[in-house]
Amino acid sequence: MAEALGWLGVPLGIIAGTLRGSAPFLFVSLGECLTEKSGKINLGLEGTLLMGAMSAYGISYLTGSPWLGVLSAGVAGLLFGFIHGFLSQQPRVNDVAVGIAMIIFGSGLAFFLGKPFIQPSAPQLPTLDLGAWSQSPPVQAALQISPLFLIGVAIAPVMQWFFRSTRWGLLIRAVGDSPDAARAMGVSIYKVRLLSIMAGSFLSGIGGASLSLYYPGSWSERISSGQGLMAVALVIFAKWRPMQCLYASLLFGGAQAIGPALQSVGIDSYYYLFNASPYILTLLIMIITCSPKRTLTGVPGALGRTNESRL
Amino acid sequence: MSSSSVIEKPLPPDLEAINLSKHFGTLVALDKVSLHLKPGSFHALLGENGAGKSTLVKCVMGFYQPTSGDVCVGKQSRGIKNPAAAHQLGIGMVYQHFTSVPAMTVAENLVLSRFEGSPLINWQQEREQLGAFMDTAPFHLPLERPVGELAAGEKQKLEILKQLYLKSRILILDEPTSVLTPDEADEVLGLLREEVTKGKLSVLMISHKFREVTAFADEVTVLRKGKLAGQGLVKELTIADMGAMMLGEAREVKSVAKTTLENPAPVLELRELGADKDNGLPALERINLTVNKGEIVGIAGVSGNGQKELVEVLCGQRSPTTGQVCVNGQPYQPTRKEMTKHQVYVLPEEPLQNACVPHMSVAENLALRTFDRPPQSKRGFLFLNVIRQMARALIETFSIRTPSAQTPVGNLSGGNVQRTVLARELSSETIQLLIVSNPCFGLDFSAVEYIHSQILAARNRGVAILLVSEDLDELLILADRLLVMSEGKLVYESAIADADIATIGHRMAGH
Repeated sequence: MAEALGWLGVPLGIIAGTLRGSAPFLFVSLGECLTEKSGKINLGLEGTLLMGAMSAYGISYLTGSPWLGVLSAGVAGLLFGFIHGFLSQQPRVNDVAVGIAMIIFGSGLAFFLGKPFIQPSAPQLPTLDLGAWSQSPPVQAALQISPLFLIGVAIAPVMQWFFRSTRWGLLIRAVGDSPDAARAMGVSIYKVRLLSIMAGSFLSGIGGASLSLYYPGSWSERISSGQGLMAVALVIFAKWRPMQCLYASLLFGGAQAIGPALQSVGIDSYYYLFNASPYILTLLIMIITCSPKRTLTGVPGALGRTNESRL
Repeated sequence: MSSSSVIEKPLPPDLEAINLSKHFGTLVALDKVSLHLKPGSFHALLGENGAGKSTLVKCVMGFYQPTSGDVCVGKQSRGIKNPAAAHQLGIGMVYQHFTSVPAMTVAENLVLSRFEGSPLINWQQEREQLGAFMDTAPFHLPLERPVGELAAGEKQKLEILKQLYLKSRILILDEPTSVLTPDEADEVLGLLREEVTKGKLSVLMISHKFREVTAFADEVTVLRKGKLAGQGLVKELTIADMGAMMLGEAREVKSVAKTTLENPAPVLELRELGADKDNGLPALERINLTVNKGEIVGIAGVSGNGQKELVEVLCGQRSPTTGQVCVNGQPYQPTRKEMTKHQVYVLPEEPLQNACVPHMSVAENLALRTFDRPPQSKRGFLFLNVIRQMARALIETFSIRTPSAQTPVGNLSGGNVQRTVLARELSSETIQLLIVSNPCFGLDFSAVEYIHSQILAARNRGVAILLVSEDLDELLILADRLLVMSEGKLVYESAIADADIATIGHRMAGH
């Protein structure tokens, strides 16, 4: 698409890729942020993302309404969140182990149920054409923005505000940082965490819908390519702050677009290497942010601790 | 609230526990105990660990439902079902551990502690109200500071402020001063005492410090093994009376006299030692320190001033950023090999977490230092019978109360976990250096006395001992030389005979 622009096509391609490709990162990382603020880790969001993508595509195809597809992706997320929230809070159960099981379960179930939807094409979500002012078709194409992306961008500051200025937000932070303190206030740790995990999973499901109903806009088994897991790493990078999750998601979305953007101007060498840039970025972030000698700032105090007996 | 207000607030309600009993299965934790907290009085609840003090107040607060007996508030029997119900009646409890959320600010913690309130928080309005509340409160705290950055004394004040903010009229305090310096304790209790005298509050305080009881309380109730052991006005009782009630019989104070060693040689030397905290900020700045053979060097200080990091560096749990540790004149790396070579032993704080494997048995934990050497192991094989045999001998010598050597150490009481670690660390005949940190935190009288006597006995055997403690009284009893640590630096040093309590207090506070 960028042939007409020559080398200018590279930054434009990256910008376009960022706007297209960051929505799944954004939804999953905001979901994980919410989950982790309550003190639990949900690695299973990769599975939830796939389930969301599959159910959104399937429902959109069957009913003809992509928005119904988005909703069903959210509901699939809620169900998966409920399973994870219930299992990971049993005594002596480790949430990371449950999360890995949920990745396998989620992707397996999505592949199984999604088999019939690989071939047919489902109605896609409408896009907002913010590039109508431009004469250049590549610019117009780049600025075809998904409403889901804008919703995601709007959720980030809302979530930031929620954690600061609502009772529920404060409660979730209290539960995640110091369950003993929350318990002394008579709060049910179990319920707060269950609801946080479910809400986080709901968001990830929506992220899946963005994959199958907007970009790349089809359903296949390789559609997520680990974006759910990368989004979990991204929350660490974002220091558990929703606004930072937004910036980090844009960064990851951009990194993902480097390979295709370069290819579009004819650079094919190292194509796979450039395509691996989000993974390399994840590794680099982990190496830079994690040190055995320092605790991360912003990490919820009780994150990932083993459950004590339930009260 | 000021004296000019026309309508005086009525006194706090009257609180009475009548024949309260609580059974846990066959265990009788509380047996027909009655207690009367008169309006506007300061009542102390004394007893050793496990005497039933906590059970009693938890029944009052509605954490537990009493097996029999009544809790009356305002002369009326109330079945208090949960802490929220107790709060409705104006009863608030300050727990032994802090219940504030460290990552949140003081203001956020206070707002969150309210039982009811609108789901949205209007910060501007809240800040004004909190400011007005702070003006009338007995202590002041910076509202925007994260609680994690507050000193222990300030955190304790926040716990109390929280109850005042919730308009509790009856405060129940569970050992509120266990983490405070004597100055901080006096300040907090003194201010509460003033509120009580003004008739704004009633206070029921669990304690096992006689000094605080005699200085601040009007009345005292003493529990022993779940039963009422005595009650009365503090001014009519002596400390000896209360001690006798608490322990049942007069205690023999076993004191080990200190012997002085000829020509002491330095064992532990720290040179310009520095280390960082978990968050990367400096915790220790150029510490220079020498501990000689047969000497106890005490380090006093308010918690969080680098003592924890110092002990961690010496134990090998944290790497130093600058400087050097020398043992017996040679540079020392805290590896297992060098610990054995130089006979360095450690009694860290929170021993269950820092010096035990909770799920492993007492015998296995006792063998952690020696299991890889003969006679406990040969050619890579462990001899479990030898390990068990040595464990039984240690259990006997150090009177560790455990059902068997096979019991997981995590199932033992705090005092017996500490005894287990003490047994392991002191059992070596050739021990040269012992590093001790808050050895008696949360232990009762008899356990404290035992541990003190063991530490002194080791000193008299010629062991060099570095004792880090937040309990100044403990340091004054045990140490030969006292240093004060403040903000990662050693700011005071004195032989124990010349130590001046007032100066120490000032230096601890960072003045």
